[in-house]
Amino acid sequence: MDNKKELVVSAIENGTVIDHIPADAVYKVASILNLSLHDDEVIIGTNLESKKLGKKGIIKIKNKYFKQNEIDKIAVAAPTATLIEIKDSKKVVKRKVEVPDILQAIVKCINPNCITNVEDVQTKFKVIDKHPLTIQCHYCEKTQQPAMH
Amino acid sequence: MTTLKGRNLISITDYTKEEYIQILDLAKEFEANPKQPILNDKVVASIFFEPSTRTRLSFESAANMLGARIIGFSNPAATSLQKGESLHDTIQMVSSYSDIIVMRHPRDGAARYAGEVASVPVINAGDGANQHPTQCMLDLYSIRKTQGTLDDLHITMVGDLKYGRTVHSLVQAMCNFKTTFHFVSPKELEMPESVKRHVKDKGLNYKEYTKLEDVIPFSDIIYMTRIQKERFPDPTEYEKVKDCYVLDAATLKGCKENMRVLHPLPRVNEITMDVDKTPYAYYFQQAQNGVYVRQALIAAILGVK
Repeated sequence: MDNKKELVVSAIENGTVIDHIPADAVYKVASILNLSLHDDEVIIGTNLESKKLGKKGIIKIKNKYFKQNEIDKIAVAAPTATLIEIKDSKKVVKRKVEVPDILQAIVKCINPNCITNVEDVQTKFKVIDKHPLTIQCHYCEKTQQPAMH
Repeated sequence: MTTLKGRNLISITDYTKEEYIQILDLAKEFEANPKQPILNDKVVASIFFEPSTRTRLSFESAANMLGARIIGFSNPAATSLQKGESLHDTIQMVSSYSDIIVMRHPRDGAARYAGEVASVPVINAGDGANQHPTQCMLDLYSIRKTQGTLDDLHITMVGDLKYGRTVHSLVQAMCNFKTTFHFVSPKELEMPESVKRHVKDKGLNYKEYTKLEDVIPFSDIIYMTRIQKERFPDPTEYEKVKDCYVLDAATLKGCKENMRVLHPLPRVNEITMDVDKTPYAYYFQQAQNGVYVRQALIAAILGVK
């Protein structure tokens, strides 16, 4: 008789699966979504084989659906990600995340002299280029690569 | 004609080519007749969060000549900011005391934020290393006045093209006209890629040089800049480039008759005094033109012209 215990990672009945996350962005995505505070099951897998990405990450979050602002954050941190919403064990939504044209309160300005890093001002950026993601601060006008909050 | 009444001026790109021309035409009227009591019932707030000589005096002179009352400060150490008041609260308070705010601030983006908070229009008189749109407007005025046009000109910019905010804004503005740009700088202070890309995107051309002598024969405008010590993170980098371009009268030999030398001032040693006596020097008139351009902006934004 085999006594080896196996951990079974089951499919979730209700919740969200974030798939096709670049392997090096998995923990960043978990962090910006504050998943450490989620009090239901969260399964994080990384360095999984992927035809498209080589190595990918996947996060399953039970009983959680994300608001648009949170989905925009995922898009910035993991532009290749796919979002799958599951209700009663059925995929109800499956779509690729997309970086919006304006990033509001998602990233912080890399310019230390920018007013948004001194006063309590909500950040706002215009997306100039999506590949690679290049943004311009609405306030200090500096063009930059995004830095997450 | 669009109306500028009630609009902010934060960045040179806030206004269209037609609106630049509107301001330049109005400035020409003020140059012919600078003292007009058209703002007798207006209060202009002049709030300078960092020192400035030329810009502040020019704005205050402009407002005075039009009969406005001026309130404000030029030394934030003597204000409630010293007590830790936020920019947000200061702007709200000043808005309620004035019809228009002229503001300089050491932080990049402070002017855009003030424009969003204020209930009256805001004119940016310089926000950190970002924008200084009224300097750009007076540069356009000086170019048009000396050349008779803003189209088909060879505009040469010399010195600190990396950190100099005035040259970046001037390139953006001159991209609305048929300009050929010539950028003269040491390798370390080259024009940023984003600015060069903007020129190309507009279908215009630029060339880069390291020797000032190479651009003298064909330039219509030579825009000299000071190499600003305070912008260098590493002082040894500053020492390497600080005296790299010195324009003297002998260097100007062979230039076009219509060529004029501009400089946002203050100059240090990049233009020698013997250039002042040549017909090509225009930097002091350029500073004077700032008063008319600022009169035009205040009057247009307040809706009295």
